[in-house]
Amino acid sequence: MSNRIDQLFAGKKTGVLNIYCTAGFPELNDTLPVMQSLQQHGADMIELGMPFSDPLADGPVIQDSSTRAIKNGMSLKVLFEQLKDFRQHIHLPVLLMGYLNPVLLYGIENFCKKCAEVGVDGVILPDLPMDEYEHAYKPVFEKYNLHLIFLVTPETSEERIKKIDSVSKGFVYAVSSSSTTGKDKDMGNQQAYFERLKALALKNPVLIGFGIKDKATFDAAASNSNGGIIGTAFIRAIENTTNLDATIKTFIAGVKHN
Amino acid sequence: MKIAENTFGSKYHVDEKGFYGRFGGAYIPEMLFPNVDELQRNYLQILKDPSFQQEFDQLLRDYVGRPSPLYFAKRLSEKYKAQIYLKREDLNHTGAHKVNNTIGQILLAKRLGKTRIIAETGAGQHGVATATVCALMGLECVVYMGSIDIQRQAPNVARMKMLGATVVPATSGSQTLKDACNEAIRDWINNPVDTHYILGTAAGPHPYPDMVTRFQSVISEEIKKQLLEKTGKENPDYVMACIGGGSNAAGAYYHFLDEPDVKLIAIEAGGKGVHSGHSAATTQLGKLGIIHASKTLLMQTEDGQITEPYSISAGLDYPGIGPLHSHLYETGRATFLNATDDEALQAAYELTRLEGIIPALESSHALAKLGQVAFKPEDVVVVCLSGRGDKDMETYIRNLPANTGGNV
Repeated sequence: MSNRIDQLFAGKKTGVLNIYCTAGFPELNDTLPVMQSLQQHGADMIELGMPFSDPLADGPVIQDSSTRAIKNGMSLKVLFEQLKDFRQHIHLPVLLMGYLNPVLLYGIENFCKKCAEVGVDGVILPDLPMDEYEHAYKPVFEKYNLHLIFLVTPETSEERIKKIDSVSKGFVYAVSSSSTTGKDKDMGNQQAYFERLKALALKNPVLIGFGIKDKATFDAAASNSNGGIIGTAFIRAIENTTNLDATIKTFIAGVKHN
Repeated sequence: MKIAENTFGSKYHVDEKGFYGRFGGAYIPEMLFPNVDELQRNYLQILKDPSFQQEFDQLLRDYVGRPSPLYFAKRLSEKYKAQIYLKREDLNHTGAHKVNNTIGQILLAKRLGKTRIIAETGAGQHGVATATVCALMGLECVVYMGSIDIQRQAPNVARMKMLGATVVPATSGSQTLKDACNEAIRDWINNPVDTHYILGTAAGPHPYPDMVTRFQSVISEEIKKQLLEKTGKENPDYVMACIGGGSNAAGAYYHFLDEPDVKLIAIEAGGKGVHSGHSAATTQLGKLGIIHASKTLLMQTEDGQITEPYSISAGLDYPGIGPLHSHLYETGRATFLNATDDEALQAAYELTRLEGIIPALESSHALAKLGQVAFKPEDVVVVCLSGRGDKDMETYIRNLPANTGGNV
């Protein structure tokens, strides 16, 4: 069974642009319009945030987007409803990113089944321990052809990176610096870490995220891996916009072409 | 101190993977893995080290003032027709049980080579206890505290500042303990190498629940010795303690967990009433979930968003309970009651007038349920008086019953 994430990386080895947006943000029904604009204006992959009240790994910008989305009425139930027919319009690989608690309450099997039904390709759950995934949930994710993407950081040991790579499918999410999202730590200091990652020759493609916000940082990510993930900068760009599509077009053009 | 005894295999103690039954674990993002892994790999060994134990014991004795007295409350006993003893954690240096844990963790942090300390605080007692040990050891200290709590616990904010700590307001979410804890965890993610997070309660990722419980277990260790002296028996019939995250309760229960004759009673904050929509009674309102990286009972919406709890007492204003307590609840080992704001206030006024002790609002919740347990006159009841009420004076004075003209 083929997965859109694998298809993407089979055809595109470099400069893959993955953009994160919290679902139901800025307004509840913006989820699909945002995805459509992202696809139309040149993103390669879409990461939809499942908003959570207590997003531990996120800085203020994504926290606020979560709070706003929850206030808008977003929940897993609403999200799956919104995504019911999205594959009629969106061919890009789509990931859901969020925290374990709402997913656990929804039920892991239910969640995976729903993802498969609507056409989601992968999931990022930063607070799901790798061991628990391997022992409890891996068969369920695999049954529904869902890739679970794990994170590595500059502090992750080589041995653990290898282990994460062996358990991950789709790609490995390399966090550029040890931080919460949107922290703006200097990526320039991370060259040794990126070199270390490259030297490990992982079986999965690698996308670098955290701190990617413009052409310079995206190019730096792309030159050290298969591409980059942008979250905070994108949320900031669209949070107060009156023209979602035009703003997204400008944003992506800025990342790709200056 | 017997803090390092190996308890794996006991039904009520943590297992090798950090679980109590189905509760516990370490649901952390990868950014926290090195920090938490370092603690998991080292904490038992450090706690077991004789030089650590010696230093810990000495500080508890000479600096904290332990053992804290076990006081036979004569007039309270007459009123409730039982033999009631108060474990006087309120007499500790800094005014609560919190310092037992901060002494332990600061010694641990030093052994791990950490130079910067962060902490969360609700009522401010843990923040003060952390700022105190940081001053003692000359380490930098940053305390996260919800904006609302900063307002309602002003004296403790002033104490932390005087002790040299930086108090950072947590402005996200409900702006109380839960959010302070979120901010502390985020700080730790951003400072993975030099910083130790002194978590103040028996919650959070493994090994915190077990580590904090072991440091607090000095409470029940002393109760056993003191009861033997006073009554000829080590074990009481009841141990009662309030529960927010559950550190004083965990410490008061610890050495009785495997003594089935000792009935354990936990008292949660009922707020304005369990079903009023303004409560922090987690076992009554919560479901299995993950909060602060621990799988435990927590208050949440049907969509899995963590609910903003409510209690008059900042220290109990937490939407979860530590995993040990979820396990004690689920197995029936402990009985869970809850006390409303009003009941807690009345209990505080009562203890003050009967025994001349002004308790912390948190501890008052435990006292408030003395009338609801069917004691026999000869039953020995230990109530953990986890802290003193100085920090709550404003609330106490504001709520003095009107018809007494200030005379309770």
